[in-house]
Amino acid sequence: MTDIPQSAAPADALTELLPPLTPNEAAVEAARCLMCYDAPCTHACPTHIDIPKFIKKISTENLRGSARAILESNLLGATCARVCPVQELCEGACVLGAEHKPIAIGRLQRHAMDFIHGKETDLFPVSQPTGKKVAVIGAGPAGLSCAGELRKRGHSVTLFEKRELAGGLSTYGIIGLREPVEVALAEVAMIEKLGVKVESGRELGAGVSLADLSANFGAIFLGVGLGTTPALGIPGEDHIVDGLQYIEQSKLDAPNLVVGHRVVVVGAGNTAIDCATIAKRLGAIEVTMVYRRSEKEMTAYPHEYDFIKREGVGFSFLTQPVRVHSENGTVKSLECLRMSLGPRDASGRPSPQPIAGSEFLLPADQVVKAIGQQRPSLASQLKLRTKSEFIQVTADFETSLPGVFAGGDCIRARGAASTVMAVQDGKLAARAIHERLVARG
Amino acid sequence: MENLPRVQFTKGWWHVADLNINFAGIRSPNPFWLASAPPSNSGMQVHRAFEAGWGGAVWKTIGAPVLNVSNRYGAWHYGGQKMLAINNVELISDRPLEINLREIAEVKRAWPDRAVVVSAMVESKPETWHDIIRRIQDTGADGVELNYGCPHGMSERGMGAAVGQVPEYCEQITRWIMEVATIPVIVKLTPNISDIVMPARAAVAAGANAVSLINTLNSIIGVDLDTFEITPNIGGKGGHGGYAGPAVKPIALNMLAALGKDPVMRASKLPISGMGGISTWRDAAEFLLLGAGSLQVCTAVMHYGFRIIEDLCDGLSNWMDDKGLATISDVLGRSLHRMSDFNDFDLSFRSVARIDQQKCIRCNLCYVACNDTAHQCIDPIAKDGRVVQPQAYDISANGKEEAVNTRPSLLVREADCVGCRLCYNVCPVEDCIQMIEEPSGRPPVTWAQLSESQREVTEDWEEMKKYREKMGIDIH
Repeated sequence: MTDIPQSAAPADALTELLPPLTPNEAAVEAARCLMCYDAPCTHACPTHIDIPKFIKKISTENLRGSARAILESNLLGATCARVCPVQELCEGACVLGAEHKPIAIGRLQRHAMDFIHGKETDLFPVSQPTGKKVAVIGAGPAGLSCAGELRKRGHSVTLFEKRELAGGLSTYGIIGLREPVEVALAEVAMIEKLGVKVESGRELGAGVSLADLSANFGAIFLGVGLGTTPALGIPGEDHIVDGLQYIEQSKLDAPNLVVGHRVVVVGAGNTAIDCATIAKRLGAIEVTMVYRRSEKEMTAYPHEYDFIKREGVGFSFLTQPVRVHSENGTVKSLECLRMSLGPRDASGRPSPQPIAGSEFLLPADQVVKAIGQQRPSLASQLKLRTKSEFIQVTADFETSLPGVFAGGDCIRARGAASTVMAVQDGKLAARAIHERLVARG
Repeated sequence: MENLPRVQFTKGWWHVADLNINFAGIRSPNPFWLASAPPSNSGMQVHRAFEAGWGGAVWKTIGAPVLNVSNRYGAWHYGGQKMLAINNVELISDRPLEINLREIAEVKRAWPDRAVVVSAMVESKPETWHDIIRRIQDTGADGVELNYGCPHGMSERGMGAAVGQVPEYCEQITRWIMEVATIPVIVKLTPNISDIVMPARAAVAAGANAVSLINTLNSIIGVDLDTFEITPNIGGKGGHGGYAGPAVKPIALNMLAALGKDPVMRASKLPISGMGGISTWRDAAEFLLLGAGSLQVCTAVMHYGFRIIEDLCDGLSNWMDDKGLATISDVLGRSLHRMSDFNDFDLSFRSVARIDQQKCIRCNLCYVACNDTAHQCIDPIAKDGRVVQPQAYDISANGKEEAVNTRPSLLVREADCVGCRLCYNVCPVEDCIQMIEEPSGRPPVTWAQLSESQREVTEDWEEMKKYREKMGIDIH
């Protein structure tokens, strides 16, 4: 595929889409907030940030207080301000939504978080050292949240991250258009500043063993996320680009990212939309998303779907890829089958059924797959009890191994996995771990 | 442009209402005059204001020589809204007297149908006042307004508010002026006084033709939290300045009504020119309803320019048409008869708050206001009818569906509602909370009547308790 000629994309093609609010814009928007009591936005936020409180503080120009109000409930406030599906959460619940425009909560939150970004401000006092040690595996949103919360309570926390950089999907898996790498890394730096020790390049099961951890730490939290993109299982698979790697390279090594002229993205979730966005913005002439079910069943948020349509990306619904055609190592087309919707399957959605003889070719010189992530492999490695292949936990986020807790995408068997849910898992798990450690004395 | 008809908003084809006024003999095509202030500082400005449609202008005060300072205006902003109020330490006109007088004459000649009133303030000597009044009269101006109100700079020199605050001075100086006045004389009152009626009566006694109110209030607009300086900072210092703008309107209305209720003022039939925070036609209508015969505007013009006259006239005309009011005299003082005071309020009048469930957006502002600061009579009700506590949701709750669908509705326990009207005031939704008149089942009685018929009830808590029991008044 290296012989695809690259067209020049504008340098800012993938820089953050929304500009920061100016102080005056923020003041005007903050003044619009009604300051609901027991506000529905706070209820809808998985981490229950006291939203009227932080917005009121913006309007009184108490930005440090505002940032602290956010971080009290959500240590990853900067990431969440950018990547949260606010239309489904806080802003979707805003009482002004019915007849007015909901308050731009996400952007106001970003305003407050941007204010403290890079400032040498001690936002939280760290409690007296408890002498207890906790190991957190995985420095994604769940792990960072859990580590930070435990540290605030005075525990000694070591965060093991298998990758070079911490931040998880915030660093590697969310396009720069929504969250620049620097934001994710600044968040990691803030957690480190609380006193969390981050050890990168350390993977559980590859150099770090559960036995060692159990011997050295009073509790373990697994925030390991999910695995790689599963195989489509079709001929020519090795020509297909992994969507998560596509995003990662667009963030960390954009100059060397190869983008086709005619790109087909397989999948219709939020990651697939991110891949299509990258392709479109980095020079592809035509981008088509193929999905085996219909528009109604697609898992992308409605606002993301609206966004990608406006980007000029095409859709081929009820379409199943069956083979990648290539010549001399260069992709030429993706062969697909038409589908029809049959009875509901285990996921509760109508199952796609192939229509015999409906094969057709989608011309393409690049095929990207974004069809979800594999279930956490660590579960079987550690012999943890699972539920639909996700790690099963109690209400206190404890796995089937006593003293080993888990949270984030790796436990999310039901409901939409999102950064903010992972942050809340980490926070609640930290509380449970803290109570366990303190009770043990 | 010369050949085009002048903007005449008062009689557009779509308006029926006649906005013409005759104020103490001063005529203008609409009741809106620029108040004596920076907008009427020069002939060029007043000319442009008249082009825009203003009915009249009270020229910025001329008189004693002055020098001004920089950073003379401060402002109070609130909730994203700029200039809820302004304060100033600007003095009377700092342009030479001769130039002002010449321009006044020019403007009046060019605009015979508009009211040109000249505000004046000089040293408190009969000859000085005689001189300035004569010179003003020579310009052909329609009237003169005596500035007894300026609260800063001039008062320190024995002028402005220093006169307005002492009814005897006010009367004496006005008498000197009336000795030579051949055009209507308006006495402008300062609100920086305990009873506005006293200087107004002094003006009546001296034979003035009208009064106007209110001048600005003493104020400190703020303190700079970075430098600890007074706002505005005048070379490291600051001081009290005259406070004006939307925020002062209720004070002005109260003083206007106080004059409207005063028997001496009523008997005198002196017209009152109203001002103080008039920004929209709605404000204007309220001033008219409480008896203002002409209306003066400053801060709103300083905020948005002369163009605001268009909606002032248009809105007022449309409102008058809607209400079937043909002329300004039909509006004048129409609400004054409702002005009363606590002694004469019906203690048996009862209203309760009712929340329109269709309109309610469930912001809970009424709930928290009532629960924390009033009478704890609004309940959050869950879908199954139970009264619930706020923040009762589970920590694992998330998403808009749950937040919206499980949100309790709010219901007033009307039996416990005292009708304080706080919830009505905090509710952000138009017409969502209404105060419903509910028969109390008690015969009407005022405090004045009660004091006369059952004095002991008004003086003794035990008697009051018995009275409440007898009347079925339960205050929890």
